[in-house]
Amino acid sequence: MADKSLELFDAGHRACGGCGPALAARLILKGSGEKTIVVASTGCMEVFSTPYPETAWKVPWIHSLFENAAAVASGIEASLKKQGRDEHVICICGDGATFDIGMLCISGAFERGHDITYICYDNEAYMNTGIQRSGATPYDASTTTSPAGKYSFGNSRPKKDLPQILASHGAPYVATCSIAYPNDIIKKVERAVNTKGPCYIQIHTPCCTGWGFDGSKTMELAKLAIATGMWVNFELADGKIDKVKKIKRRPVEDYLKEQKRFRHLFKPVRNDAEITKIQAIADSNAEKYGTDI
Amino acid sequence: MSLNIGCAARPGRSQDNKTGSWRVFKPEFHYDLCTNCGTCQLLCPEGCIHKIDDNYIPDYSFCKGCGMCAEQCPAEAIVMIQEEK
Amino acid sequence: MLRIMEGSHAVAEAVKLCRPDVISAYPITPQTHIVERLAEMVADGDLESEYICVESEFSALSACLGASAAGSRVYSATSSQGLLLMAEVCFNVAGMRQPVVMSIANRAVGAPLSIWNDQQDSIALRDAGWFQLYAEDAQEISDFHFLAFKVAEDNNILLPGFICFDGFILSHTYEPVDIPDQESVLAYLPPYKPVNILDANDPMSLGMYATPDYYLEFRYEHDQAMKRAADALCKAGSEFEEHFGRNYGSLIEEYRMDDADFAYVAMGSVCGTVKDAIDEMRDDGKKVGLVRILSYRPFPEADMHRALSGIPVVAVLEKNVSIGSRMKGAVGPEVKDAIADSGVAVYSYVVGLGGRDIRKIHIRGIYEEAMKGNGNIFYGLREELL
Repeated sequence: MADKSLELFDAGHRACGGCGPALAARLILKGSGEKTIVVASTGCMEVFSTPYPETAWKVPWIHSLFENAAAVASGIEASLKKQGRDEHVICICGDGATFDIGMLCISGAFERGHDITYICYDNEAYMNTGIQRSGATPYDASTTTSPAGKYSFGNSRPKKDLPQILASHGAPYVATCSIAYPNDIIKKVERAVNTKGPCYIQIHTPCCTGWGFDGSKTMELAKLAIATGMWVNFELADGKIDKVKKIKRRPVEDYLKEQKRFRHLFKPVRNDAEITKIQAIADSNAEKYGTDI
Repeated sequence: MSLNIGCAARPGRSQDNKTGSWRVFKPEFHYDLCTNCGTCQLLCPEGCIHKIDDNYIPDYSFCKGCGMCAEQCPAEAIVMIQEEK
Repeated sequence: MLRIMEGSHAVAEAVKLCRPDVISAYPITPQTHIVERLAEMVADGDLESEYICVESEFSALSACLGASAAGSRVYSATSSQGLLLMAEVCFNVAGMRQPVVMSIANRAVGAPLSIWNDQQDSIALRDAGWFQLYAEDAQEISDFHFLAFKVAEDNNILLPGFICFDGFILSHTYEPVDIPDQESVLAYLPPYKPVNILDANDPMSLGMYATPDYYLEFRYEHDQAMKRAADALCKAGSEFEEHFGRNYGSLIEEYRMDDADFAYVAMGSVCGTVKDAIDEMRDDGKKVGLVRILSYRPFPEADMHRALSGIPVVAVLEKNVSIGSRMKGAVGPEVKDAIADSGVAVYSYVVGLGGRDIRKIHIRGIYEEAMKGNGNIFYGLREELL
């Protein structure tokens, strides 16, 4: 059983006040425990937690490059196997590193079946470099490289379905979770690190700076994402839906209107057509996973 | 001070950085209303709320005043007040 | 024990004796025979390594980094396009001071695509902070692997290293090679004792980021380690003789330089041809010699200075080209700078790119060009194509 009192992520890190990923880091380590080796990608979490010589990590931690955490983890796992050591090997990487530049390494690591857990903290854009669009950016979100403008409603592509992609690689356990439900993160991480083979966890970690809301509202936004069907908490065991969080669904605009990155859908005029399209995405999520009570 | 080879470090040094200086608003804890649910401690992104004896006490040298604890406290026992500098 | 074997297999035999814990490599011509032979050894239980069939060279070196950081001795091999693909990781591994040893079967880089030999690939990575050894023959290829692991893992050095050898010319030809026995290798190269590693019993953060207040000093320390590597390589090279009977106590080899008034400088297999040409030219009365570079990084500046000062003409054979540079080749400027003697004319000759054969007639032709003062050129161009 995970020891929830363990604090393996020190204060003094330089995350924004109200940072979703910072909270996720604490919770992940509660789920994984002291015998954990963390492989980080370049990104917000790596930068705010390890400016030499200050490190917030109290477990062994390594950062190599932006895109290769899964490959580095593969090597660590092989080394531990050879040495007969049993530490959990986990990657903690942002959505940019995971959905985009890291796809090569993740696909290879999952195809080879290494006993690792890959955890993506999903704040839905390249936040560390100043809020640029990633493959995880939701439809119509305004980012600096997919800005809303005279001829644009923001990001024009839907969010890549990475959990299903990795389930298709044969991952024995894939789960999505959110900082809205901290104990759920701890439980899912614990299950993943104790499941043999390559497991994937995607954590919804709202970013107040990037999405445009007050840092005190981080959890509330995370809850709204789930309540409106824009994020689904589910578990896949060997590719089949194992558990889904059921919700009493609210209209998507309850979520969208709280964030500056969707403000262009409401001001100067309300864009019904686009809001309807986003509602359709939420409806499709609800149907696919059977979330509605 | 000598450099640690390969840009490496042992744990503990982040605590040199007292992020409490970032604060504009400060959480004020009202223990008469607190139900000891532990939500504030669980969700603090700094991990700087500690249970001491029976109370949840924030470490103000690190608290950034983000307000998440106040926003989520089910007993509404935490209030954000503007800090006097 | 002396056996006739393919160069690639000599590499595999040497690597087997070094007993890496983790091997992570991606196939690329002309390195494939190495990784195939190693895979056979693992499959038959002759080599107890974790063998990772990665999905790209980028991942190959990344996996090596991870395994090394977790405390394992690691090995990889690549060439050309593969080395360039993992270039980012090369800088990263060196900066993180992980003692990865990698064989480079030197091959030309595209475009245009070429599978044949030149040394552009490893030379393009000369700034990455790895030491680079260049082998003349299969015996050296084999021997250099023991030397490389020993120096890389020295806790006072902790630098990754390339063992470079000409693709196809050395990798796919057969030569007699003396492969030592395991006990001798263990006596020379004890098991790896890592410094900072990933260990839950003593947690550390590796690969943090450095602000402007720290970055310069980290890079300085790295360069200092490379400086120490020059002595470490010579020391380990001398010690090599006690165990295996062959001496690598110098970063250069001087061939018939005693009374030379003209010197060739070269690296790799072409030196065999150069030595033959020198013998013939000596018979013709020309006082020529060769300074062969064994270690390109660290660059043997003091040895170069000593060997070449006062030699009026030096011709550097370059199996690489630095497009847009004055001397054309990358080695020539460093040779010239190390000699630092205005009385010496140093010329670079870009030869043999993309596997173009270099013969004694070309070596002699270069002498003629250098004596005319015509250098810093591509040599051997097929004029009818231009």
